[in-house]
Amino acid sequence: MSARLDLRRLGLAIGAPLLAIVFASLVTAMVLAAAGDPVISTVQTLWDYGTKTRTLALTINQATTYYLSALAVAVGFRMNLFNIGVDGQYRAAAFAAAVVGAEVSLPKPLHLLLIVLVAIAVGAMWASIAAVLKVTRGVSEVISTIMLNAIATALIAFLLRKVKVDVAGSNNIGTKPLPDSAHFPGLSLIPGSSLDVYGFVIVAVLAGVGYSVLLGRTRFGFDLRATGRSESAAIASGVNVKRMVVVSMLLSGAVAGLVGMPQLLGSSYSYSLDFPAGLGFTGIAIALVGRNNAVGMVFAALLFSFLDVSSVILDINDISKEIVLIMQGTIVLSVVVVYELVRRYGIVAEQRRVSRELTQIPTSEPDVVAS
Amino acid sequence: MSGPITVGADHSRGRSHRGGAYISTSSASSSAGSAPADVPGIAVELRGITKRFPGVVANKDVNISVRRGHVHAIVGENGAGKSTLMNTLYGMQRPDEGVIVIDGQDVSFRSPSDAIAAGVGMVHQHFMLADNLTVLENVVLGSEPSRRGFLDFTAARSRIKEISDTYGLGVEADRRVEELGVGDRQRVEILKVLYRGAKILILDEPTAVLVPQEVDELFDNLRELTREGLTLIFISHKLDEVLRVADEITVIRRGTTVATVLPRDVTARQLAELMVGSELPTPETRESTVTETVELAVEGFTLHNAEGRAVLDDVSFVIHRGEVLGIAGVEGNGQAELVQAVMGMLPLSSGRLRLGDRDVSAWHTRERREAGIGYIPEDRHRHGMLLDAPLWENRMLGHQTEAPNVKGPWIDRAGARRDTQRIIDQYDVRTPGIDVLASSLSGGNQQKLIVGREMSGHPTVLIASHPTRGVDVGAQAAIWDHIRQARRDGLAVLLISADLDELIGLSDTITVILRGRLVANVDPAHVTPEQLGSAMTGAGETA
Repeated sequence: MSARLDLRRLGLAIGAPLLAIVFASLVTAMVLAAAGDPVISTVQTLWDYGTKTRTLALTINQATTYYLSALAVAVGFRMNLFNIGVDGQYRAAAFAAAVVGAEVSLPKPLHLLLIVLVAIAVGAMWASIAAVLKVTRGVSEVISTIMLNAIATALIAFLLRKVKVDVAGSNNIGTKPLPDSAHFPGLSLIPGSSLDVYGFVIVAVLAGVGYSVLLGRTRFGFDLRATGRSESAAIASGVNVKRMVVVSMLLSGAVAGLVGMPQLLGSSYSYSLDFPAGLGFTGIAIALVGRNNAVGMVFAALLFSFLDVSSVILDINDISKEIVLIMQGTIVLSVVVVYELVRRYGIVAEQRRVSRELTQIPTSEPDVVAS
Repeated sequence: MSGPITVGADHSRGRSHRGGAYISTSSASSSAGSAPADVPGIAVELRGITKRFPGVVANKDVNISVRRGHVHAIVGENGAGKSTLMNTLYGMQRPDEGVIVIDGQDVSFRSPSDAIAAGVGMVHQHFMLADNLTVLENVVLGSEPSRRGFLDFTAARSRIKEISDTYGLGVEADRRVEELGVGDRQRVEILKVLYRGAKILILDEPTAVLVPQEVDELFDNLRELTREGLTLIFISHKLDEVLRVADEITVIRRGTTVATVLPRDVTARQLAELMVGSELPTPETRESTVTETVELAVEGFTLHNAEGRAVLDDVSFVIHRGEVLGIAGVEGNGQAELVQAVMGMLPLSSGRLRLGDRDVSAWHTRERREAGIGYIPEDRHRHGMLLDAPLWENRMLGHQTEAPNVKGPWIDRAGARRDTQRIIDQYDVRTPGIDVLASSLSGGNQQKLIVGREMSGHPTVLIASHPTRGVDVGAQAAIWDHIRQARRDGLAVLLISADLDELIGLSDTITVILRGRLVANVDPAHVTPEQLGSAMTGAGETA
């Protein structure tokens, strides 16, 4: 019986996002058609370009970054904390890591380790401001982290001017490039592709496993999930909720610190004006679509990354690539709606099943009660 | 009335075994159509009502006829189907089968407004009043009288006065609701329904929030209403009250009507047996197991709320090994705060807590629980359960640092799951498995799981707040048994309950809390619920 139950839950868990994606595809097709673009050939173009070996490598690289961002957001989500500030946290962390990394010289593994630790520490520190405000003054973390994003942007711009070196052949400025000992070696995962996959993908996978184990298998994770499900019940069970807020916010910030690392250690080797921004918001969308589940978020990150990377080809074919944004937005919206519907349906269905298994339905013999 | 006991609506199949332990009745066969359609004097008739519903209990073949000018009580355990039935009569649900006849007319309600139009009104258990509005404004809310776009209260005010005078309700139209006591608020609720023209009133557990004196006043009001020709349907599971106020009583068990009786023909015990369908246990525990060892000592608990008022004022007591200390009081007099302060969930303004010979005043909730305090919270959904988590995770809640749930920093899934199964077997939690979500269980089964969980790991002190609230009679008896057993084994219990019979039956000592202070000690062996009720309202403030 238990096995059947799990199968049904699994079916719901997979069916819901698929339904949302199908719905989002239909909406996107309608938008394309309304704009006078050919639907079939657009999809064909996306698919053809997206499955080229080089694009696949790019997709995995981008997904690595997205996945780490989603993990950072999900740590907060699991205890009902909305860390909108992953964006500021990873940029502050990447900037600090780039500065520190360029100033020291160490043997390779230690150098990489130091940079990553700096990033983790700075990410956590930036998040801790919001955590402290929340537990001492009751400031909503949504507001404070949004503000902190803006502050991070301005602060980085200010500090970047202090440490800048000009990037050769452009108006761009950036931090001093990292020495060779701070380059994370790439992996040639995709056969036949000239482009290596970020070696940092391994760290992302380990982070995903760690997330899953920490939340699902440890006392700490139980406390965190209990707080997310019902703060009042968690307090009654002995959870120190204030401490949990601080710890999980620090953890979220620490993971956020990793978000910029694949890019910094795998391709740009410095923090410049064109360092990718906005990944924290993509992370929110991916955590929602992946249901804060370590595996679910892998698929969501790959999907979003595939759409982003392959959309480049659309502009060349005179189709606005923003169509991909419409599709991503629709996926998130429909996913949120569908998940809630499925959740409610699941609860009602289970209540019905439990009462069916326990008592005779009143339409049959009234006096028989299973015990 | 064709006999002392009638079954269903067809007045034919009643059988009573006098001298036997209880009255045995069989479920009425479908009787739709067999009863006369428009007997004069029948205000409401429900015939063969069946409601299939995705949930715990629905209705099956319910037959009730209510005479005009009667108080007709409907009794049954929690979950027996009373609410479903009343929601059907009030138009909130449509029956799958059966007919509703009102004043001889077949009716079919699509919404409560249809029911109101037909003269059926509902007084809800939980008051639906806006505190910051006056009585008048509350009464007209939703159907505000206006003239040329402006509110016109003059006519409404005189109607309210007229209704209040006719039925002796004593409601003043211009008082603010926040100034009113519980009993007054209830009269406002009744008036609200009358104002909308109801001739048939459904009262859903109207005495649940009242102390005994207020119950008496309510019953006087109800008699006044029936004297003026109104018909009342009175839902309750407090049998003594039902016997006092009702003209006729229908018992519902497992979704169907099992008997209709006259109050003079039955005792409370027989009624309860009809409700449960078996012999009843009682909460009495008379042989004392109290020892000299102090397990829990509360010393000078004082707590001020945000406005600086003392919610707890110098509360002190001790509980010994093997003792049940009952706290009696009208809800909102500091019981909830007391419990939360003992659990370390609310910071005290001053006061100390001793557990055995240790001063635990500065300890966090978790340390107190680890040191052996079990906690059955008042509101199990807010404080006792993770509703969307499986049962085995709920078994861990509150004990997530203790064996068998964890090994070091790791969750011991196998251990927790095995122990959940043990609790389910020992405490008779009715569930198909340990992986179902807590929200799928009925309230009684959720509560049994909580009791089993809190009794695990040999606590020395149990804080039990309304341990059987919202629990059916069978589960209630089981929970009483467990508390009694644990007390024999030396558990010290702090018992807070609004059920005075439970409090008197289980406690070794009772102390009364009023406005945050302990005002009287009462010997449960020699006190009646009425005396206790007086002490709770401050009438007997002597100690």
